[in-house]
Amino acid sequence: MKTFDWKEKLLTVLFWLAALAVVGILFSIIGYIVWKGIAVVNLDFILEAPSRAGREGGISIAIVGTVYLTAVSLAIATPLGVGTAIYLEEYARRRSKFAYLVNLTSETLAGVPSIVFGLFGFVFFVIFLGMGWSVLSGSLTLAIMLLPTITRTAQEAILAVPHEYRENSLALGASKWQTVSRIIIPSALPGIVTGIILSIGRAVGETAAVILTAGSSLGMPGGLFDPARTMSVHLYILATEGISLERAFGTAFLIVILVIVINYFANLSLYRLSHSRNNR
Amino acid sequence: MGRKIKIKTEDISVFYRDFQALFNINIEIEENKVTALIGPSGCGKSTFLRTINRLNELIEGTRTKGQVYLEDVPVYAKDINVVALRKKVGIVFQKPSVFPMTIYENVAYGPKIHGVKKKNLLNEIVERSLKAANLWDEVSSRLNSPAAQLSGGQQQRLVIARVLAVEPHVILMDEPASALDPVSTSKLEELISELKKKYTIVIVTHNMQQAARVSDYTGFFLNGYLVEFNRTSELFVNPRDKRTEDYITGRFG
Amino acid sequence: MLIDEAGGEMSRDYFAGNDADLVRRKLIEKIIEKLLMFSAGISILAIVLISLFIFAQGLPLISEIGIRSFLFSLDWSPSRGEFGIGAMFIGSLVVTFSALLWAVPLSLTVAIFMAEIAPAKIGEIMAGIVELLAGIPSVVYGFFGLIIIVPFIRNNLGGNGMSVLAGAFILGIMILPTIINISRDSIVAVPREYKESSLALGATYYQTISRVLVPAAKSGIITAIILGTGRAIGETMAVVMVTGNAAIIPENILFPVRTMTSNIVLEMGYAVGDHQAALFATGIVLFVFIVVLNLVINILKAVKRNENI
Repeated sequence: MKTFDWKEKLLTVLFWLAALAVVGILFSIIGYIVWKGIAVVNLDFILEAPSRAGREGGISIAIVGTVYLTAVSLAIATPLGVGTAIYLEEYARRRSKFAYLVNLTSETLAGVPSIVFGLFGFVFFVIFLGMGWSVLSGSLTLAIMLLPTITRTAQEAILAVPHEYRENSLALGASKWQTVSRIIIPSALPGIVTGIILSIGRAVGETAAVILTAGSSLGMPGGLFDPARTMSVHLYILATEGISLERAFGTAFLIVILVIVINYFANLSLYRLSHSRNNR
Repeated sequence: MGRKIKIKTEDISVFYRDFQALFNINIEIEENKVTALIGPSGCGKSTFLRTINRLNELIEGTRTKGQVYLEDVPVYAKDINVVALRKKVGIVFQKPSVFPMTIYENVAYGPKIHGVKKKNLLNEIVERSLKAANLWDEVSSRLNSPAAQLSGGQQQRLVIARVLAVEPHVILMDEPASALDPVSTSKLEELISELKKKYTIVIVTHNMQQAARVSDYTGFFLNGYLVEFNRTSELFVNPRDKRTEDYITGRFG
Repeated sequence: MLIDEAGGEMSRDYFAGNDADLVRRKLIEKIIEKLLMFSAGISILAIVLISLFIFAQGLPLISEIGIRSFLFSLDWSPSRGEFGIGAMFIGSLVVTFSALLWAVPLSLTVAIFMAEIAPAKIGEIMAGIVELLAGIPSVVYGFFGLIIIVPFIRNNLGGNGMSVLAGAFILGIMILPTIINISRDSIVAVPREYKESSLALGATYYQTISRVLVPAAKSGIITAIILGTGRAIGETMAVVMVTGNAAIIPENILFPVRTMTSNIVLEMGYAVGDHQAALFATGIVLFVFIVVLNLVINILKAVKRNENI
């Protein structure tokens, strides 16, 4: 009996150590990048354009590129993703072939590697549709990548809306769309927003697909058909071509901070969601 | 005689996939009266109630045969618009389900979806409906607070106000008091007797005393059949069918 | 205005929806439903277009040189027209397998910890940590690997540091969240009674975990590992930054290696003609890989459903 207790204790310690290792990995990565990067970042770094291929100056262009691509891709993916979720959960018949196919392809899309999206975006948007390396090509490619995340989170949020809401609204003579737009969507909003916020994180961090579709030009993107360089692409080029380690740290720092902020907000709206559910 | 029939059903049968829930129900429901439907759970009384505003259609795999006439209009005819039908036939469910909005917004929801935009007309409808549901005095000072804060009984009356706001002719009630405490229940029963002056009411209840107290007519359902339908006073005192007698004397269910 | 007439008579006309307002509303409803259906169709369209265009670009080359020599030939020399991705194919497998080797045991341990052992508060904090780990972009992981892990390997273990080992380490970190989250969910989903009845029979806590909970969550855990594998095979930026990218078969884990994904991102910028087609053909291999993994997961799900019935 005595030895058995001892074994159980040892196992417990092992489990805690494993968890600690994961925490340690995360904090050493974030800590190191923050420690090295914080010295580099100041207002000039954010506002100035890079010069000499990024050896000097700031990263304003990459910030603009990132914001531009993220905004456009979300503007495309959000209505499509939420629309898909509404269709699947509220309109489609449970066992319809079409709904099954949409769910299946959505799952498959979620697993396709980003480099494959990059190849597709390159041959379809950049070459076939003649959009060239541009904000638009990059955003459209990104939008397809974000679609599954937005769809799935919206589906879950819609599923969580109590069934009685639908019945009561329809029984009052509301049409399907009136019920969806006035009751279902407002009730599901926190979950939908979480999906959108998570997608922002994905869009900001994506590199492989963006480099093949939006290019890596160091000019300021003026319109949808101009090429652009995002912060992630900038970091990749600075680091692998040995241009400026210092500025790479600064860029990585900004990306990491952005990701932390995004995660904070995503959790906030998730918290609100579960909170309001408990209140019911 | 002055008796006016509001709802008439003709051989209503309801199927859920392979299961038949209702068998050829024929019933006539009089205007401005309360009709109670009683029976053990699973007897089809709620299913029948939901045929009147075609609510069973919301459940996939449900088929309805036969016809319901609402003031001589065949409800299951091909060209009938369900939205228009449900506007005329309101329903109150067992569990009060208020929308996650303010008290005011809950009541104004119906009129708004039916195209009322003028603010003062909406205010008027909200006030009138809340008064008719005997809720105005309790909530008039906090119309803009979340409806979820109300007590269960208040929520149920809010749901009734929400139904009244679309000006229905018929109000269906599906065990409206089963989730309420005795005080709220008696308030609700009081409200029902007031409402029947203006509306035709059909109420499903498992509580026989309640049926006896509030209704003018009672129908007894068993295993998907309408066993007996009569004036409440008759049915409870003088049941014609043995099964009705067994049920109201508490021998089963 | 509908309200005004509400007190009035109910006519057949009214119910038939001949009212102009009702007609308009019905039309709007139809249009909206079609729009929603269209947006749902985009996912299908996307998959069709992706397959179509990537296959159109890459398939002719594969059929020309034969699938076997494309996949297994070690001669990758685009300038001489030799397109064998054998080294990269093996490279991807080696790096992925090495990453799984350490990431799977750690992930499962942490998943069990979060689901069963940790106090609720700690479990929540861990969930946040794992979410954050999942949110960090691959290029940042690659950068961290390049700056910290590669020099560490160079100075302590030899070689130039850019290696299978560096790739396996970074890739392993990146698939932790996928495997942890899905296996934790499946452990949490095991009915409480299983656990309680095992404990009631006198089994210790850890016996219960290893003999009851983990076997019951088996299919979820396998799904988690498969999804982690998919993520690892497809990962590009982090790998390209730390593995040195030599198109050779590594003799040991300190050797550099080039994966299929790295090969695409490194050469796409200047590839033309058959060279470009070969890169697309590599994309086909990746795509097929992912589709097959997805298929396996769906079969697992179906099997699980049948077991439950």
